[in-house]
Formats: sequence, structure tokens, C-alpha cells
Amino acid sequence: MGRVTLELVDVCKDYRVRGQRKRALDGVRLTVSPREFLCVVGASGSGKSTLLSLVAGLTTPTSGEITVEGRPITGPGPDRGLVFQTGSLYPWRTVERNVAFGLELLALDTAERRRRVDWYLAETGLAAVRRSLPRQLSGGQQQRVAIARALACEPDVLLLDEPFGALDVQTKEDMQLLIRQIWRDTGTTVLMVTHDVEEAVFLGTRVVVLASDPGRVAAEIRIPLADDRDLTAKRTPVFHELRASVEDLVRASHRREVIR
Amino acid sequence: MRAALADRVPGVRTAWPPLPRRTRPSRTVLTIRTPISRRAATALAAGSLVVPFACWVVLSASGAVPATFLPSPGAVLAAGWEMARSGELAVDVGTTTLRVLEGFGLAVLVSVPLGIVMGAFHAGRALFEPVIGLLRYLPASAFIPLLIIWLGLGEPSKIAILFLGTVFFNALMTADVVRGVPRSLVDVSYTLGARRGEVLRKVVVPHSVPGVIDAVRVNAAAAWNFVVVAELVNSTAGLGYRIVRAQRFLQTDKIFAVLVVIGVIGVMIDVALRLVRALVGRWAA
Repeated sequence: MGRVTLELVDVCKDYRVRGQRKRALDGVRLTVSPREFLCVVGASGSGKSTLLSLVAGLTTPTSGEITVEGRPITGPGPDRGLVFQTGSLYPWRTVERNVAFGLELLALDTAERRRRVDWYLAETGLAAVRRSLPRQLSGGQQQRVAIARALACEPDVLLLDEPFGALDVQTKEDMQLLIRQIWRDTGTTVLMVTHDVEEAVFLGTRVVVLASDPGRVAAEIRIPLADDRDLTAKRTPVFHELRASVEDLVRASHRREVIR
Repeated sequence: MRAALADRVPGVRTAWPPLPRRTRPSRTVLTIRTPISRRAATALAAGSLVVPFACWVVLSASGAVPATFLPSPGAVLAAGWEMARSGELAVDVGTTTLRVLEGFGLAVLVSVPLGIVMGAFHAGRALFEPVIGLLRYLPASAFIPLLIIWLGLGEPSKIAILFLGTVFFNALMTADVVRGVPRSLVDVSYTLGARRGEVLRKVVVPHSVPGVIDAVRVNAAAAWNFVVVAELVNSTAGLGYRIVRAQRFLQTDKIFAVLVVIGVIGVMIDVALRLVRALVGRWAA
């Protein structure tokens, strides 16, 4: 057994809704190894986003323990970079100054900071728009800035919360290829939350299915696709089979609202 | 599988008579939130200035109202020119402007940090908002007698009125602006390694700047009102003082001229602040 980047032990999270306690996550156990790309799927209400916000340190678990590289989480920090679905860029900062935000807080000389910002801008294909303001960018470009900005802090684990959920299908596929490329180029451990099963199977080295009400781990599936998979992988029988079995698991663990 | 909609009654929809159709009115100048032509906009704007002015000209020229009550535009212009020529106007404008700069400037210096504290921290809100929410409903002009007793007839009491009249509103409006900073922006800053002070300095404040300028613009208008009120009582110079003097000698033409000057300066302040806002808030456009 090798090192563990991220570990969740019996994590529970309760919310109070109109005076009533509601359990969002119930005894979640999860380990993420270095260089893994773990995708968490589940229907709405499965506590996916709660899980990510706990790991980010933006909320605290009701019980249980979360550790990153063996350190217990006490709050948010640059060792766990976070990318939201939309709208988390600093609108008054240009693309390059958004990417530089985390580095500006550190004792780095200008040349060193510039070198790193340049690399992340090139890696995410943003060099041409480096002096643009966020509002001048497309949705895909904005998400690339958010990813570059989080990566520039060299996090132990990159947390992605439905990062491509607001994008059109074509842009979404471009972004899927890009994030896999970045994952391979940087060797960053990734924990991504999505409701899109196809996306989870295509991106992940492993997929975890969360059941709803309360959120808990229902299944884990290893994805035996090649590390350098491209979009053609989505057409292979192996992919279809994996996708179908994950879909069945999600469906089985979802509280149904309508039947026909 | 459970059926959450157990009471659903399925069935094919029967053939109802067609729904009545409503005619759609065509676009007019009064369609809600729809741009109008440049010509129409200019015509409306010009009309809003020209029509009242024309009424004034006709009313004063017809002699329906005595000139002592309603001086003619020409008489007002002459009175204004006379004040400008004698240097009286420059002194009055200077005195009044200085009072606004001091009183309102002080209010901004106090209210903006106060508003940031109230907007950024729940503790700040709990501590200051009840008392400020109460104080702002006390009319500043009602404090004039009290302030004269406390601070005398000189400058301090006038500056205090300006300060009291604007500081609370500006603090509450600033707090609202700060509360408008998206939660996700604050959260993401912490995950990028920012500490509390850095989040305030590098995220909350820059995001709030355009909104704070808007608040200052609104309250600058209020300050400009309060200064004239303050000068109505025991002054020796200033635009408000000039109005009281003119009233004593029934010089309505002079009162009108001062009112025009007050209006023009107010518009100039507004335009200047709009310009600053457009410049620093380009990212928000």
C-alpha cells in the first residue's frame, strides 16, 4: 500500500433545515492515492458538493476526519485548489493577474512568478488572452483561468466542482481533453465531482458513486482505460459497458421522483 | 423503485377547444425596458428642460405673476452676473464647497471603513447596524439647534450637520455593497492561500469600489442639500447665507440665481463622480 494523498474516515455532515437536522453525508470513507483522478458521481442530493466543500475546508464535518498528506484539515488552504462551476474569477483582474493571485501572496521574486504564470497560461491555452478581463472571455476560457489559477499554487489535490457543468457539449469535450492533458503534464491528484456519468468514466482513473439521502459511498469502480485515452475511447465497447454499469449504480441509488 | 408521485393519474389529453389567442401590441416608446431611438430620447430630454423654462418665460412675461415673486430669466441672469462680477459669488461658492469637502469628506472617511466592517463581519453588523439604523432616521436639520448649543455658531456646527446628515446613510449603503461580494470569490481566495486581511484588502475592497462610489454619489447630493440648510442659520458667507440675505431684501432674482448655481454645481459633482466610477469600474461594465 503506497502513500495516501487524501483520506476521509467516517465523515458525516448534518445540516439544519428549518430547525430539522438533515444528514447530507453519512459515514463516508474514501482514500485518494497520489496522481489519481477520482471522479465522484451521484444525483442531486447525494452530497457531492458538500463532500468537496468539506475537503476544501470551507465547512467542517459533523463527525469523522479528513486528512491531506497526513495533515488534518483545519480550514481552506492552497494545498487544496478549488474550481467552482462558474463565476469565481476576480472580475477586475486580467487573466494573468487572476492566475498570479496565489503566487502574489508568497515571497516570490517577479521573474519567478512570471515564469510560472507564463507556463500555466501556455498549458491552458490562454497566452493570447492574458491581458483580457474575465467578462471578455467565453465560458470555457473562464474555466481554464480558474483551473490555471488553482494549479499555480501547486496543490496536493485539485478539487473540481462540476467545472464543465455550465458549458456547451463541444466546449465540454475540449475541456475534458484539456484537463486530462494537464493532469498528465503536472502529475496533480484530482478529485472531481460531477453528475455526468460519461464525463466521470472518461476522465477518472476511478469512479465513486454516491447514494442519495443521506449521501454515502454506494460503489467504487476502477476505470481500466489507457492514461492517454482520447475521445475515440468514448466509442469503445469497454467504455459503453463501464458507463452503463455506473449509470445503473447511480440510478439504483437515486431517490426517484417520477415513474412512468 | 418507489413512486414519489403515487397520486399521478395518467391519461391521454382530450381534445379541448383551442385556447383563445391574444393580439400582441406592437412596440412603442412605452414598451417596458426596450431601447428607444436616439431621436426620441433626445427629444424627451430636451423637452423636460425646455417646457418648464418656456412656462417660466411666458408666466413672467405675461405679468400674471408680479416680478417680485417670479423674476424673469433676464433679471435672474443679470442678478447672477452682478454677483459674479462683484466677486461675491466666488466667495460664496468657495465657502460652501469647502464646507461640503470638510463635512462630507469626514463622513466618507468614517463611513466607508465602518461600512466595510459592517458588511464583512457579522459581528460588525450586529454591533453597529441597530444603532445606525436608528440614528439615520433622526433628521440632521433637527440637530441644528443642539449643535449650535454644543459647538457654537461657527464652522464646527455646520460641518457637524453635514457629517451627521450623511455618515449613517453612507455607512449602511457601503455595508450593503460589501455584502454583495460573492461568497464564492471569498471562498476561492482562501483556497488560494489568502489570509483574512488579504481577502479584505485584495478581494472585498476592490470588488466594492464601484458600488462605494455609487453610494458616495448619492450621498454627495444629500450633503449638498444639508450645507445650504446649515447655512440658512447664522452664516456670514455661503450660498445658503446669500439666499437668506436676498430674502430679507425681497431680491427674488438673486435667490433664483443662487438656486441655479447650486443646481449647476450639483450636476457637476454628479458628472465628475460618474466619470470616476466609469473609469475605475470598467471591469464591472
